[in-house]
Amino acid sequence: MNSILAMPVVFPLFTGIIMLFFWKHRSIQRIINVIGSTVTLALAIYLTWYIKTSGIQCLYIGAWKAPFGIIFTADLLTMTMILVSGIIGFATALYSLGTMDETREHFGYYPLLQIMIMGINGSFMTGDLFNMFVWFEVLLISSFSLVALGGERSQLEGAIKYVILNLLSSSLFVVGVGILYGITGGLNMADLARKIPMLPNKGIVNVMAMFFLVSFGIKAAIFPLFFWLPASYHTPPAAVSAIFAGMLTKVGVYALFRVFTLIFVTDVAFTHTIIIIIAMLTMLSGVLGAASQMEFRRILSFHIISQIGYMILGLGLMTPLGIAGGVFYIFHHIIVKTNLFFVSGVVSELKGTYLLKKLGGVLKLYPLLGLLFLIPALSLGGVPPLSGFWAKYTVAVAAVEKSEYLALAVSLFVGLLTLFSMIKIWNEVFWKEQKAEYAAEQQTLRQLPKFKIAMMFAPIILLAAITLFIGLYPEPFFDYANEAAHQLLNPSVYINAVLGGAQ
Amino acid sequence: MEFVLAIIVGILATSAFYLMLRRSLVKVILGMVFLGNAVNLTIFSVARVTKGFAAFIPENANTLEGTYADPLPQALILTAIVIGFGTQAFAIALFRKAFQKVGDDDLDKMNSTDIMCNEDVPGGK
Repeated sequence: MNSILAMPVVFPLFTGIIMLFFWKHRSIQRIINVIGSTVTLALAIYLTWYIKTSGIQCLYIGAWKAPFGIIFTADLLTMTMILVSGIIGFATALYSLGTMDETREHFGYYPLLQIMIMGINGSFMTGDLFNMFVWFEVLLISSFSLVALGGERSQLEGAIKYVILNLLSSSLFVVGVGILYGITGGLNMADLARKIPMLPNKGIVNVMAMFFLVSFGIKAAIFPLFFWLPASYHTPPAAVSAIFAGMLTKVGVYALFRVFTLIFVTDVAFTHTIIIIIAMLTMLSGVLGAASQMEFRRILSFHIISQIGYMILGLGLMTPLGIAGGVFYIFHHIIVKTNLFFVSGVVSELKGTYLLKKLGGVLKLYPLLGLLFLIPALSLGGVPPLSGFWAKYTVAVAAVEKSEYLALAVSLFVGLLTLFSMIKIWNEVFWKEQKAEYAAEQQTLRQLPKFKIAMMFAPIILLAAITLFIGLYPEPFFDYANEAAHQLLNPSVYINAVLGGAQ
Repeated sequence: MEFVLAIIVGILATSAFYLMLRRSLVKVILGMVFLGNAVNLTIFSVARVTKGFAAFIPENANTLEGTYADPLPQALILTAIVIGFGTQAFAIALFRKAFQKVGDDDLDKMNSTDIMCNEDVPGGK
């Protein structure tokens, strides 16, 4: 029965609603949140296995046949994203137990988190463009609240930039959807994929493609639309910025992958060349921005941008290996980046600051934390045998195959600079002696309650273990990514699965 | 009819972008409201304006015949209006809170996070 496809969306909503009944009971909310995230993760694992064995599945909501009703469609790309959002949701639920402050918990932090996960999963699942807009708004409004929750000055300033630019992007998205409906008479993605090649006016299709590129590009933080990201991601508490850094921009990347492999494939020479150029500029501007920063989370924020460039490059190449590399990259990147933000949160918990200048000497006191930083950091830089190496390697090989030597050069150069930034953090935070004048604010691990320490370190160790596992045993993950790329590059499979009887 | 709508959309979108590029938060929120309306009118006009033919199936018939107005764009606009309402309400509340914290509605004054991260400001995070 296919109604299980709705579960990754319905279950977080259900969890969120249950928590609202216990508004005043902080500890009950914490327990429900962990249970809810665990169940969502279990559902995601089961569904991934189900889709892997039985092919693309659809859920026709209200039994309205496609293309008339709203549908949920799950292919392997969708399941990659749902699975990784389950992992990150679970890790964040644990991490929040250790780091979230009481005030934020009292004002609905956990329900907002669950509703945001519902929005994220909904936008991965849906097979209808307008419905995707609605899910985007669901996740945006809860992320707006999460960014501003707590009401510190820096948070509000960051939230303003985040809100304005994301609302602008939503407006562009709706205009694009509206015009696309005007010219094709359909909103179902499979239906659009079938109708667009038959349109007499090719020019307007390219214009629409650019509408979607800009609108999803703002959400994915590509060049030159990324300015809201480093202005806002370092302001909320570590748990919030970790899940944002991992999941939210990747919703935009997912939308780009979906739209530019399914709908706008009529003029690849035009659209995908633009994507490759944007990808190179995104990589460069992100990594150069990071090089000039001296704050832990701002460096990491700029690195999100440069890594988005690699994923988009895989999409722009539009070869089986390129797309597979992109999918592999998304999976690896979400886990690694979330983990780095987790580590930065632990460091600031101990030292009371994120400024590199004031930090130092962490390695001497906590060698384990140093090791746990090093695993995701080196993976991000692409050092073998960690997961980032395989991701970067695949994208680079794909670039060579397509004779995109400039893109290859840029991606290798950016990999080097990424390593430089990670070493900078390593030197400043972990290796150098902390200056005596800044040492007053800090606390030691022993002063913290045992439970808090366990909950801070458990998700970091979990994600680091996944990174190591992917790095040492990439074969099944790569097979999976290959299969996902195969599905994306043969849209007829998707179209037949959705429209089946209607054709 | 579409001609008039197109001109109205143009005026609304122009003023929206002009207002959103101003430094004052109040003007930015007005710009967002204008843009939302421009977007809704765009959807309304691209879906072809049909006057006087409601999409009701007449009695004694099973399907619609002849000319009728497409009801779907109206449903889309309705959804977009509701969502826009919610997000704008949130934005107004957020801007008011920010105004109280910063003590100014000038966006150029809202760069403390950028300054604190790169220079050694006492009390910086």
